[in-house]
Amino acid sequence: MKIKILYFARLKETLKFSTEDLELQDDEFARTLTILKLKAYLAKRNDTWQQMLMGKLKVRGAINHELVDDNATIADGDEVAFFPPVTGG
Amino acid sequence: MTVRVQTEDFDTGFEINQLRNARKDTGAVVSFIGQVRDLNDGDTVSQLTLEHYQGMTEKALEAIVNQAQSRWDIFDAVVIHRVGTLQPTDQIVLVAVSSAHRGEAFKACEFIMDYLKTEAPFWKKEVTNQGERWIEAKLTDDNARERWHEN
Repeated sequence: MKIKILYFARLKETLKFSTEDLELQDDEFARTLTILKLKAYLAKRNDTWQQMLMGKLKVRGAINHELVDDNATIADGDEVAFFPPVTGG
Repeated sequence: MTVRVQTEDFDTGFEINQLRNARKDTGAVVSFIGQVRDLNDGDTVSQLTLEHYQGMTEKALEAIVNQAQSRWDIFDAVVIHRVGTLQPTDQIVLVAVSSAHRGEAFKACEFIMDYLKTEAPFWKKEVTNQGERWIEAKLTDDNARERWHEN
């Protein structure tokens, strides 16, 4: 299973990542992947990732350009994005 | 419907005239302009940089305008949002709505702005006399959007 992940604003700046391609083994974890599970998976990378994705900061997720909640399911080929609450206008 | 995300400035007068002249049964055009303030949270702001999620931004704005169109009897709407680096008094966003009567246009214009503030993927970073900082989302903006669920 292959997905693309994009990071924006403070997340992009702190994680020093704007985009990455993530390949996951096609197992039970990948087949039941949700936004929350992906956040927890990425948070294991190190303390900074833990703080940014699973810490106090509110992180919103999008799948294929649609805002979704933590329980939304991710499928092969999806474009996932993580970002702080929006502040345009 | 016109939705544009751009670095260049826009001509509000031109956009409003386009809406006014598009249909002869137009009786009202309501517009909102958001611009860069030189003061935020008590600090002097010298510069504002807007980041966005290209691809999603346009879709999110179109979805918001579609919702407004299904909710109120409006003729057309224009949403232009700038990205990149801006200075105080620079225009950031234009929302303009046309309809037969003012009531529908006023409501739709405010609805579009309230949803844009909470759902369109833009992020502001400001340069102040205290340094650089990301602007935090405001609870008042969430509340402004929520009240549209009540009626």
